[in-house]
Amino acid sequence: MSKEWPLWEVFVRAKNGLAHKHAGSVHAADARMALEAARDTYTRRMEGISLWVVPSASITASDPGEAAALFEPALDKVYRHPTFYTIPEGVKNI
Amino acid sequence: MASLFDHALRLGDDSLILGQRLSEWAGHAPMLEVDLALANIALDLVGQATLFLKLAGEAEGRGRDADALAFHRDVLDFKNCLLVEQPNGDFAQTIARQFLFSAWQELLLAEIARAPDATLAAIGAKSVKEVAYHARYASEWVVRLGDGTEESRRRMVAGLDSMWRFVDELFDPQDGAASLRPAWDARIAETLRAASLELPKPRRAVTGGRNGHHSEHLGHLLSEMQFLQRAYPGATW
Repeated sequence: MSKEWPLWEVFVRAKNGLAHKHAGSVHAADARMALEAARDTYTRRMEGISLWVVPSASITASDPGEAAALFEPALDKVYRHPTFYTIPEGVKNI
Repeated sequence: MASLFDHALRLGDDSLILGQRLSEWAGHAPMLEVDLALANIALDLVGQATLFLKLAGEAEGRGRDADALAFHRDVLDFKNCLLVEQPNGDFAQTIARQFLFSAWQELLLAEIARAPDATLAAIGAKSVKEVAYHARYASEWVVRLGDGTEESRRRMVAGLDSMWRFVDELFDPQDGAASLRPAWDARIAETLRAASLELPKPRRAVTGGRNGHHSEHLGHLLSEMQFLQRAYPGATW
């Protein structure tokens, strides 16, 4: 067994209505400890109102070697962007 | 019943001394995450001390502010309980001290939040939320260490044993804190049960901190904490 505690990814929701956003990671022996470490590390300046922690090992990442095949086809498809709508004044999050 | 000055001074000294003790862990904790957690708790405590000592200074009415009370008093004038001045020892000993103290402080501050003095009550209401987290953090570590490996269990038992004789002082009738004992006993027993630990054996209680009779540890702590203000009075940065 490794002597290091496992790594957990931390997601913070800044306010109601917004999604949880990835903030960083912490080491912890269990989920409860991970939540507390996340609270102490990432919300000490009022950054959030809700926390998620996920074992880093549970995350499946895309392969950087496949980036060209995965992402470049979207480059020239400008019609997929919703840039032709006007955003009403005063709307902050869309 | 103690005067407002005495009362606020005791509360402030408890928080100040424990905050200073915990901050000794900065840069030395077993993990970065634990380092941050202990520093956060220390900062909460120093913040409480600032408020309580400011109130004590105002109640006294001799022009002493929080800094004057923190940095320009000698060891005999400190009224903190003996528990908070005990050395950090290993991590389990630090957790044992925090566990016993925070469980008590949370109960006490909940009472103080209903105190007749409005300022005292407001400080109590603000601080009790911070301390609820300290109590939760410490009791979870008691369970983790007590119910962990053979070594962590041995250290947790030793830590609790070393701190146990300073417990009775917390329930000093002259503070009006004696009534908190049954609730405190119940909380401690519940966590120890979850940690599959037994209650430490009764020991002869050591008291005196509230009257300024301290262990030799407090003088060393103060000499480090007060050095700068003693050498350069009024220095700011």
